[in-house]
Amino acid sequence: MTALLQIRDLTVTFATRHGAVHAVDGVSFAVGRGEVLGLVGESGSGKSVSLRAITRLLPDFARVSGQVAWQGEDVLAMSPERLRRLRGGQIGMVFQEPMSALNPVLPIGLQITESLIAHTDLDARARRARALELLDLVGIAAGPSRLSQFPHEFSGGMRQRAMIAIALAANPAVLLADEPTTALDVTIQDQILRLLRGLVDELGMALVLVTHDLGVIAETCDRVAVMYAGRLCETGDVAAVFARPRHAYTAALLQAMPGEGTRDRKLLTIPGQAPRLDAPAIGCAFAPRCALVRPICTTDRPVLQPVAPRQSSACHAAADLAA
Amino acid sequence: MPRLGWLVGRLLQIVPTFLLIGIAVFVLARLLPGDAVSAMLGDRASDATINRLTAELGLNRSLGAQLLAFLTAAAQGDFGASLSRHVPVMRLVAEALPVTLSLVAIATTLALAIALPLAFIAALNANRWPDIAIRAVFQVGLSSPVFYIGLILLTVFAGWLGWFPVGGYGESVSEHLYHLFLPGLTLSLSFAAVVMRNLRAAVLAVLTAEYVDFARAKGLARSVVLLRHVLRNALIATVTLVGLHVGALLGGAVITETVFAVPGVGRLMIDSIFARDYPVIQALTLVLAVLVSLAFLVTDFVQMWLDPRVGR
Amino acid sequence: MPRLTPALLLGLVLLGAVLLAAAVPDWLAPYDPLAFDFTALSAAPSAAHPFGTDQFGRDILSRTLHAARIDLQIALFCMVFPLLIGGLIGLLVGWYGGWIDAVFGRLVDLVVTFPFLVLVIFFVAVLGPGLVNVYIAVACVGWVPYAKLMRAEVLVQRQSDYVAAGRVLGYAMPRILLRHILPNACRPVLVYAVTDMALAILLGSSLGYLGLGAQPPTAEWGVLIADGKNFFTTAPWISLFPGVAIVLAGIGFSLTGDGLADLLAVKK
Repeated sequence: MTALLQIRDLTVTFATRHGAVHAVDGVSFAVGRGEVLGLVGESGSGKSVSLRAITRLLPDFARVSGQVAWQGEDVLAMSPERLRRLRGGQIGMVFQEPMSALNPVLPIGLQITESLIAHTDLDARARRARALELLDLVGIAAGPSRLSQFPHEFSGGMRQRAMIAIALAANPAVLLADEPTTALDVTIQDQILRLLRGLVDELGMALVLVTHDLGVIAETCDRVAVMYAGRLCETGDVAAVFARPRHAYTAALLQAMPGEGTRDRKLLTIPGQAPRLDAPAIGCAFAPRCALVRPICTTDRPVLQPVAPRQSSACHAAADLAA
Repeated sequence: MPRLGWLVGRLLQIVPTFLLIGIAVFVLARLLPGDAVSAMLGDRASDATINRLTAELGLNRSLGAQLLAFLTAAAQGDFGASLSRHVPVMRLVAEALPVTLSLVAIATTLALAIALPLAFIAALNANRWPDIAIRAVFQVGLSSPVFYIGLILLTVFAGWLGWFPVGGYGESVSEHLYHLFLPGLTLSLSFAAVVMRNLRAAVLAVLTAEYVDFARAKGLARSVVLLRHVLRNALIATVTLVGLHVGALLGGAVITETVFAVPGVGRLMIDSIFARDYPVIQALTLVLAVLVSLAFLVTDFVQMWLDPRVGR
Repeated sequence: MPRLTPALLLGLVLLGAVLLAAAVPDWLAPYDPLAFDFTALSAAPSAAHPFGTDQFGRDILSRTLHAARIDLQIALFCMVFPLLIGGLIGLLVGWYGGWIDAVFGRLVDLVVTFPFLVLVIFFVAVLGPGLVNVYIAVACVGWVPYAKLMRAEVLVQRQSDYVAAGRVLGYAMPRILLRHILPNACRPVLVYAVTDMALAILLGSSLGYLGLGAQPPTAEWGVLIADGKNFFTTAPWISLFPGVAIVLAGIGFSLTGDGLADLLAVKK
């Protein structure tokens, strides 16, 4: 499987009045056709920032380094026009909160067709037909009347479906979804996740799904990348990582996860304070909260390295966890 | 169609507003100390003259009857006769009003033409030199009295350079435009400053909105993002403030017309004050208040047109 | 972090200059503002007369400095009376609410349909030109924004725990208002008042220019500009420098107002 999107050593720092904040620190991952990669972590772990860095959607004061390769092409060096065609054209994006991500004063139909104008040369009639097709694809019935409606006339779940329809308008090969179900209630969450998974299988897209919810990962993803304090802890196939986590943080997360069938999937709490991003740890960022901490953890930063077939971990206790 | 209902309801609200304006003008004229008749006639009028005018104005009737008479007459556009010019007040108003409306229209057009692009440039360069320069210039504009700006423009462009006439209104439409350009520019500057300030803040707020990021994530051209997603939404936040400024604009027109000798409502008002032409002042105050309430109505309609959430 | 920004500093410096001129014009002015000098009629700015002289040979610099006192007085009175009246109305409306509030709402809607300057001119027209009548007119018309500010603040404070506690403890309304609500309402009102003084300077000088405000020979910036308007093409300095004084004073007040808003964290 060739990677569509390859991220290597991505680092994002925000220059603030109180010094630099290291939001993302040397993160690498890749995603290929028909694959769903889950990016999981607590809030502030850098997962959303990583996602937005891929299509350079971060504010001006963010400093991005490392490599983002779209089919071998360097995204960070793209011209503005090439970047514009990449965004939405090859890489679609879905945001967390559809109520604030959809423009409240424009009809849904226009918000779909403007993507088509930007990326295709369909005429007005064909655009309308495609918009209806897209609404149908994401499960919004009664399309024609829906096109002229405004976001506030949609329910929460319908708004999220509409946003997915917009992101899919130009047939992107990769979909980036930033906590697409966090703002929705549990039943709607499941519907949206099933919709996304179905679209990947049906259209052969790649999907990067950012979430703080391990349940969402288990339900939807093929591979998972666990982030903590802007760093990557562990990556691997979902089944393998869930069965045998090789990073102390992943293990702690899984332990804190509610059992099967539990409806309430609110994030797991691990004792201790969230890490400070303005003063990165010398050793492992998770060390202060880690149950398996050992002297080396506070002095040497663990490197992400293969621990099993298709599974990597950056943990000094990786070997112990395998036992 | 709930919006149609809202629209009709808003339209009907204008009726009680007009009525209240009429009552307010009447009450103001009666409440103020000193009686109108001697104010009009001066101190040396004979008792006979005073009695005659009192009867002529109907001031010897009960207050209620006077109010009713005033309102019915006003509704028919009858404000009596001008004391200094001896013609119906309404004729004076009808002659002056189009001039002032043209002046205000020109000023509004110029103000928007100046403020919209500059507000955008300022917001997109927030706290860098283009923004600081634009804000500094508008701060000076906002702190300069209208008559002072007018005098300077008049001296430089009409007096020294001779590009524009020194005053008046001209005969044809093209002459009107030519004569009203400098006064319009004078009047537009403070309005432009208000629009600039509010729109800049609104654009800055909208630029941080998620839907702007989403529009960029969709791969829309920068111009589409800025015009369709940023400008439109920023305007919604600005329109109401702009509408509230119409009163100040009309007040500014009074001064501008005096400076440029433009025969509009404002100059008529100032002339009437010095001529103690009470009925004219009363009628003009009423007409200007009605104009402002109509401007509020237009503002609400524009707001509804821009924002689909209004009126549902 | 609120701090002394360059803009606020500039505002304070300009205000300080106006205050200084208003306080001790005789020390600063090189000439008697009313003294005629027939050897220097309409003289251009020079070392002897830095701002030039008018058609009677009066020194423009001296007249501009002396006018500061009148214009500052206008700014102050055009702010204080509306503030007191509006503050009181807003306090009562906010406290009692109910039908009083409803009537207040209608009244405000009505007052804002009258252009401020037109309404002031209407009052002055009836009462007669002159500064005292301008103050009366502005007091009758300008209270609305203060009343709205105060009402909003009272409504917020009424919800707060300490006011509720005061009511439960049976404190009399004046005590609660004085001890708790007024101090809290001060900040937004103060910020608005400073900005309002910039507008008052513009209003006062405009009325002076129109002949409805300060009456000649009182040296007031608007009156000074009106004095020189007929000579603007030939002797522009007569009107130009008093105008500069207005602009600088206006900038002083509005920059100080903006700076105070930031310092006191008041949303404008």
